[in-house]
Amino acid sequence: MGLWQTLFPSGLFTASFMQNAWLAGTAVAALSALVGFFVVLRGATFVAHAVPRASFAGAAGAVLAGGDTVLGLAIFSALSALGMAALGTRRDQGQTTALVLMAALGLGSLFLALGGAYAPEVYALLFGQIVGIGRMDVYAILGLLLLALAATALLYRPLLWSSVAPDVAEAKGVPRRRMEILFLLLVALAATAAVPIVGALLSFSLMVGPAAAAAYFGRSPGQALGIAVLIGILSIWLSLVFAYDTGLPVGFFVAAVTAVFYGLGRLWAHLWQIERGRGQVPV
Amino acid sequence: MRNLDPVRTHEDSVLDLQGVAVHLGGRAVLHGIDLSLRPGEFVGVIGPNGAGKTTLLKIILGLLRPDEGTVQVAGRDVRAARSLVGYVPQSFAPDPDLPLRARDLVALGLDGARWGFSLGGARRRAKVEEALSWVDALHYADQPVGRLSGGELQRLLVAQALISDPRIVLLDEPLANLDLRSQGDVVALVGRVAHVRGVTVVLVTHDMNPLLSVMDRILYLARGQAALGTVDEVVRGDVLTQLYGHHVDVVRVHGRILVVGGADAESLTCGTCDG
Ligand SMILES: Nc1ncnc2c1ncn2[C@@H]1O[C@H](COP(=O)(O)OP(=O)(O)OP(=O)(O)O)[C@@H](O)[C@H]1O
Ligand SMILES: [Mg+2]
Repeated sequence: MGLWQTLFPSGLFTASFMQNAWLAGTAVAALSALVGFFVVLRGATFVAHAVPRASFAGAAGAVLAGGDTVLGLAIFSALSALGMAALGTRRDQGQTTALVLMAALGLGSLFLALGGAYAPEVYALLFGQIVGIGRMDVYAILGLLLLALAATALLYRPLLWSSVAPDVAEAKGVPRRRMEILFLLLVALAATAAVPIVGALLSFSLMVGPAAAAAYFGRSPGQALGIAVLIGILSIWLSLVFAYDTGLPVGFFVAAVTAVFYGLGRLWAHLWQIERGRGQVPV
Repeated sequence: MRNLDPVRTHEDSVLDLQGVAVHLGGRAVLHGIDLSLRPGEFVGVIGPNGAGKTTLLKIILGLLRPDEGTVQVAGRDVRAARSLVGYVPQSFAPDPDLPLRARDLVALGLDGARWGFSLGGARRRAKVEEALSWVDALHYADQPVGRLSGGELQRLLVAQALISDPRIVLLDEPLANLDLRSQGDVVALVGRVAHVRGVTVVLVTHDMNPLLSVMDRILYLARGQAALGTVDEVVRGDVLTQLYGHHVDVVRVHGRILVVGGADAESLTCGTCDG
């Protein structure tokens, strides 16, 4: 009973700022895992790392211009995604992604310098602030989740095919470039929702961690997608509890918990292979 | 182009190219290509690196518009006939941890270009099982594709191409990276696709020898030009000499064919060597 009370004090669920945190956190985790599934399938983890960071410059620009930081985030994540799509072919995507990221970070530091030394809203976006969000933010995030759900439901098969076997898919009428652009826009969407909550520095872990772990647990694409969303939601829930109990930043726990899930996934795959290997006769 | 086959465009041809020319990077990659393929015909496409083999496949797939000439599949424009053309790509090397089973890959060949997600369904499952059984892949249907051998993967790609009931299947170097036994398996399988199922097969390879027993005609590409005919008609010193533009000898040893270029053998495709 004592332990239970310590782990789950009543305010964890009843405080209104925590209720917002639960709702927004769950939605962001689901959205990140959904997009992260395609990130992992395409081996595009660097993009998932770069877009949230590049979007941070938009927030700095918004502060300078006196505008809404989340709008700045949205514009910059979309622009950086489109920039990567315009410049990159899939083979040298690393270079062009880095180029766009550097350009955005350069702009971001310029905006910060011009905007004055101290901009608390901007620093909050670096590390996230899940307990500081209002009911309107929750609605906005739920809206983004619905948009991403509708888009992936519609694009599921062509995007999957283009991700795993782009040559055949293209030959059968799934345009590679268009799928690439749509994919990058989905990453921008996820970044816009995740950065205010878990921060530009750590939203990568929420996008890639659960999906990478799920690739080890799930055998079919559908299974892996479902498991990624479950792991993502479970990760944010655990992180919220730990953060509330300890007063430490939620981003730290998100990174730690998703890393643990990833480790479990690798362990599972390893054990499963040993198990299967037993039945086989060495040739 | 020397079309040594008397059969010209006629009613039952599934693929027609007339006067096709392609310029890439300011250079004529293909020019004056005429060909007409019949249903159930197995055509091997041979030629040195850079001869335009992949470019030819791209034209048939509608991924590249020729600068001159016309391309028709079953009497229709290639773009309208996309569902009639199956494709096995030159390279496919999935990540070992990709959460995709053999049956998932084959299923994408059936409806992967459609919007939305599939709700499964018994008919879809049965079609996938049937396609897997054609290529003798049922016993590894639930294995992750990233852990299959090259030959096993190649068979799956053939199943993925066949599941949508195409009239033509194009294979870009399916024999590269396979050992002799797997090469034989894939060639026999593709031969059955052509001669039993009646699907026209266009198979690109660097070595014609594994195909000698199944190939109906050979399309020899060099310097952007083509010679089409049976092996005996095309793989001859005089024909290839004209195609290459310099002296070429054709040597037959122990039932294998060796193409040797007189002065600069280095620049020629070697009929028996790999790659
Ligand atoms: N996009 C392009 N721009 C310029 N030149 C190109 C382009 N694509 C292909 N080429 C050139 O066209 C020629 C034919 O290329 P293709 O890929 O069709 O050759 P291939 O016969 O398939 O060769 P390989 O045996 O090496 O696969 C080559 O010389 C190549 O350099
Ligand atoms: Mg090629």
